[in-house]
Amino acid sequence: MTLVVGAGMHPWGKWGRPFVEYGVAAARRALADAGLLWTDVQFVVGADTIRNGYPGFVAGSSFAQALGWSGARFASCYAACASGAHAIEIARTRILAGLCDVALVIGADSTPKGFFKPVGGDRHDDPDWLRFRLLGASNPAYFALYARRRMALYGSTAQDFAAVKVKNARAGSLNPNARYRKTVTAEEVLASPMVADPLRLMDICATSDGGAAVVLASESFARRRGLSGVRIAAVSTVGPTFPNTVLEMPNFATDSSAAVPPPERAFRSSIASAAYEEAGVGPGDLSLAEVYDLSTALELDWYEDIGLCEPGEAAEMLRSGETALGGKVPVNPSGGLASFGEAIPAQAIAQVCELTWQLRGAAGARQVEGARLGLAVNQGLFGHGSAIITVV
Amino acid sequence: MARLAIDGWFTIEDGVTHLLGTRCPGCGTVCFPPQPGFCRNPRCEDDSPALARLSRRGRVWSYTNACYPPPAPYVPAEPYTPVTLAAVELEREGIVVLGQVTPDLTVADLSVGMELELTSGPLADGPLVWMWGRPHA
Ligand SMILES: [Zn+2]
Repeated sequence: MTLVVGAGMHPWGKWGRPFVEYGVAAARRALADAGLLWTDVQFVVGADTIRNGYPGFVAGSSFAQALGWSGARFASCYAACASGAHAIEIARTRILAGLCDVALVIGADSTPKGFFKPVGGDRHDDPDWLRFRLLGASNPAYFALYARRRMALYGSTAQDFAAVKVKNARAGSLNPNARYRKTVTAEEVLASPMVADPLRLMDICATSDGGAAVVLASESFARRRGLSGVRIAAVSTVGPTFPNTVLEMPNFATDSSAAVPPPERAFRSSIASAAYEEAGVGPGDLSLAEVYDLSTALELDWYEDIGLCEPGEAAEMLRSGETALGGKVPVNPSGGLASFGEAIPAQAIAQVCELTWQLRGAAGARQVEGARLGLAVNQGLFGHGSAIITVV
Repeated sequence: MARLAIDGWFTIEDGVTHLLGTRCPGCGTVCFPPQPGFCRNPRCEDDSPALARLSRRGRVWSYTNACYPPPAPYVPAEPYTPVTLAAVELEREGIVVLGQVTPDLTVADLSVGMELELTSGPLADGPLVWMWGRPHA
């Protein structure tokens, strides 16, 4: 197995600095955490940002140059919100293949103010441009479609959604890397302006600047150098199975089920399922989970998609307190996207940083007692998803 | 007649709007927007999906609105009134298609499962898009 031997972050915020600075800061912290030098690193993988010009498209190169050309190999990858996890998978695969011993994975983003808008220019063949041009369908609109459907199918309420925010804000208040450190009340969430009915401003994650990095090493290298770490038991980057009958951002329509019936597992639940299978564990083994709460309602969808409860039971599980800090299986003990805002290429790596600290017992005031096994999941545009399982 | 906001995705003939998709003659898989040249069914190698008109009625899969003006390249009306969106499930095609909802309907008028019918209407800067509206008898 591959080990995570170091984790580091640059705090999330709206700092207005170039993304490379956040990435370098996170990388140096991760290397210091591992007790390794930059010149020990043989392979760098950068998770790309598409909003920062060419340096963002070749993130691996940009970080390697900033840290100082060392002769290390590098790669860059883009998989929307799952970019960081796909970058980890590329590094892990190279280590497992025996082609290197130490790899550094870095993601960082610098974001403009406000909700995401498409990259500029007239692009009539780009669905991400067209959905804004023809429909005015922003990201929150898609999150809201899922939230409304959840309300219709399972009876979830605006109060349930607000309770997710309250829970995550409480956890985030204990995390020095989080952007939002204030606790909130359900009343505050429910009084925040409606953005995309039924979701309000405080139901939807912001966009943030931030950087995250992990150092991965082979078991033999870690043994030789006396490094301790948490083990990566699985990385799932499965794509959808045709026909995907959920309307995915930024699409105008779902796949057609006219000729082929929908698969037994919908895409989102297949992401975690593949990771459980690889690790040989199940949802009952989880000590904690970091899930991609682009909206409060989406966190509830994840409870069901990762098998914490049956479809339709997530709100009840939330109300029971089982997913809060101190509960049976805390979800988003980091505070989640609700407390961070999304720094796209860094976010999936930040999830793994949290798993690493939790499993080491180094998560401070938000420590999940006796944490032994953690899951991080996310889903991004264009069929990109990821699930990573780490164990002590 | 006003021009269409995008060519080849829908037609308006005698005031009747149809979405245009493709249907694979090999397996029957439907695509919207049209996807000529190949079929997305992983077990179908047909390369000749043909243009097809889609059903004009379906049931609401979900819906929402944009309470704030969407960013460019959307051109919001001034003064702005929330754009309502509906994802509508077409039974025969087995797909869900997203569209704006006609201005006479708001989220308060919609519910998951209700029937809507395809029509069209103008964007704030003039060109027409497909829209979901109240079914006509
Ligand atoms: Zn076909």
